[in-house]
Amino acid sequence: MISLVRNEMLKIVRKKRILIVAGIIAVLVALFTYSQYRDLERRLERFGDVDWRTTVQQQIIDMQNRLTSSGISDEWKSELQLTIQQQQYYLDNNVNPMEPGAPSFARMFAEHSINLLLPLMIMVVAADIVSAERTAGTVKLLLTRPVKRWKILMSKYLALILSVSIIVILFGVLSYLISGFVFGYLGWSAPVITGFSVAGNELNTNAVQMIPQWQYLLMEFSLVWFVALIVGTITFMLSVLIRNTPAGMGVMLAALISGAILSSMVASWESAKYLFMINLNLTGYLSGQAPPIEGMTLGFSLIVLAVWGLAALVVSFAVFIRQDIY
Amino acid sequence: MSEITLSVKGLRKSIGKKEIIRGIDFDLKKGEVFGFLGPNGAGKTTTIRMLVGLIKPSAGSIEIGGYNLRNNFTKAMAQMGCIVENPELYSYLTGWENLEHFARMLPEVDRSHMNYVVKLVRLEERIQDPVKTYSLGMRQRLGIAQALLGKPKVLILDEPTNGLDPMGIREMRNFIRYLAEEDGLTVLVSSHLLSEIQLMCDRVAIISKGSVIKVDYVENLLAMQEKVIWQVEPREAAKEILSSVTDVIDGPDGTIITPYLEIQSANWNQMLVEKGIHVNEMNRKSPALEDLFLELTGGESID
Repeated sequence: MISLVRNEMLKIVRKKRILIVAGIIAVLVALFTYSQYRDLERRLERFGDVDWRTTVQQQIIDMQNRLTSSGISDEWKSELQLTIQQQQYYLDNNVNPMEPGAPSFARMFAEHSINLLLPLMIMVVAADIVSAERTAGTVKLLLTRPVKRWKILMSKYLALILSVSIIVILFGVLSYLISGFVFGYLGWSAPVITGFSVAGNELNTNAVQMIPQWQYLLMEFSLVWFVALIVGTITFMLSVLIRNTPAGMGVMLAALISGAILSSMVASWESAKYLFMINLNLTGYLSGQAPPIEGMTLGFSLIVLAVWGLAALVVSFAVFIRQDIY
Repeated sequence: MSEITLSVKGLRKSIGKKEIIRGIDFDLKKGEVFGFLGPNGAGKTTTIRMLVGLIKPSAGSIEIGGYNLRNNFTKAMAQMGCIVENPELYSYLTGWENLEHFARMLPEVDRSHMNYVVKLVRLEERIQDPVKTYSLGMRQRLGIAQALLGKPKVLILDEPTNGLDPMGIREMRNFIRYLAEEDGLTVLVSSHLLSEIQLMCDRVAIISKGSVIKVDYVENLLAMQEKVIWQVEPREAAKEILSSVTDVIDGPDGTIITPYLEIQSANWNQMLVEKGIHVNEMNRKSPALEDLFLELTGGESID
């Protein structure tokens, strides 16, 4: 089995997929670092060397102003209210939410990419892992070895898990290293507030606690890894089912993008919460964002994703083992 | 020469309600080259894909080196090497990496055997180059090297000369003969080209519309030479004249059949005419294998 996984890893590496993904991440991180740097600079220009509390207060006032203006939807309104409460909490407890530094940047970057950017990167590696063998016809050589089919597919899946892990690690390391160049590499132990939960329209702060940033990052990247794994597994299934790689990619892309769009507008369609793409924003539960549909919790999302992943795996194996190769 | 290395019994395959392979039986012996001949769409490729485990048969059994393919997949497949259609290898890897890749999927292949195989297909000089720079003939040879890695007893090649130039075709033919004669391999070759089968194979199975219609030695099939069919008047006198110069058989509908020999047949005709015999019709019949094929398949075209 180890030699089979080695074969699959060799193919992924030689197709330069991981390299491409690393390149894309590096470029994006550089881009975001720059934009955040400009943002900071502008703020300094505007407020001078002001205390961060003033900035936060200013933001709260901004949001309150927006709340009073007419023509914004109820959903948007309640989300704003929650954010205001959260900001207030930061202020009351003297925690700077904008603490600069590479760890904070990595945290924010991961939060923003968990539901679209990272899944896309995973897709680049996972989408053709089986279908490319079919398009190129090499599957005929692969399946005429004295190796059972489930072992071949298993080796591919293990290679995928490995690649997903590598990408998630690369993601963290690259965003830390590149942004640290500008923001400095400190801030591992800065306190981060977590444990917000939303009950109705109230921000529940009972379980709120402050933990050091490194611990928060660890939790966050475990969730990121889990999301990446599930997205990888579902893409893997599509790769088995759809012989044509671009078609498989298209299906996955449509699902992911529709997930991103739906998340902001499905509050009233309750059964949408069983769709995997609505549940991708796991880090939102840590940072205290309102979930797309009321009543969704971290545990719920984890279970939904796990069920989707398992089902995708079962389908992949069932189909691959029985399939006639023409 | 009598050890059976591949045995196929009652092989059938249906897709939906349509039966595309309708019961195929044959046995292959050690050291022979066996041809699988049939027009495009006769079921050659489907049959071969069932033999190599890519398609699951609806009924029937396949035994390779004594192991049943269905119940004992790994042991059966360890006895076999194959190329199905074109040898599609990983073009972004080098030839050697491709071989290593497939060697890792086999129980145990040592380096010296890999080197031996590379030498056998004469790819020593290019083996470290990426496969995408290979010519079709080189890919075909690398495909064979890959098939020979596991020291198989049976080699299955689907259309091995497809797309090769005349030089390549001849090389491939000699190579296949060499493997059968020197290494005692059983080689199953499929083709839609009569000439190829004729030159390369010991035995041939003619397949049409999903079933085998004849299995025989190529020599036997070729023994029936080209013929001339005579429609003459008076018949007995003509027969006497012709039998003095060649073999004569009675044909159907009062015809006479003799072998066809280029210039002589024309001379015989002249002889008959000079003796005052009316030659109403003189019909040359095509070579036997093709003829046989057309007869057997009911006039299905073969190119």
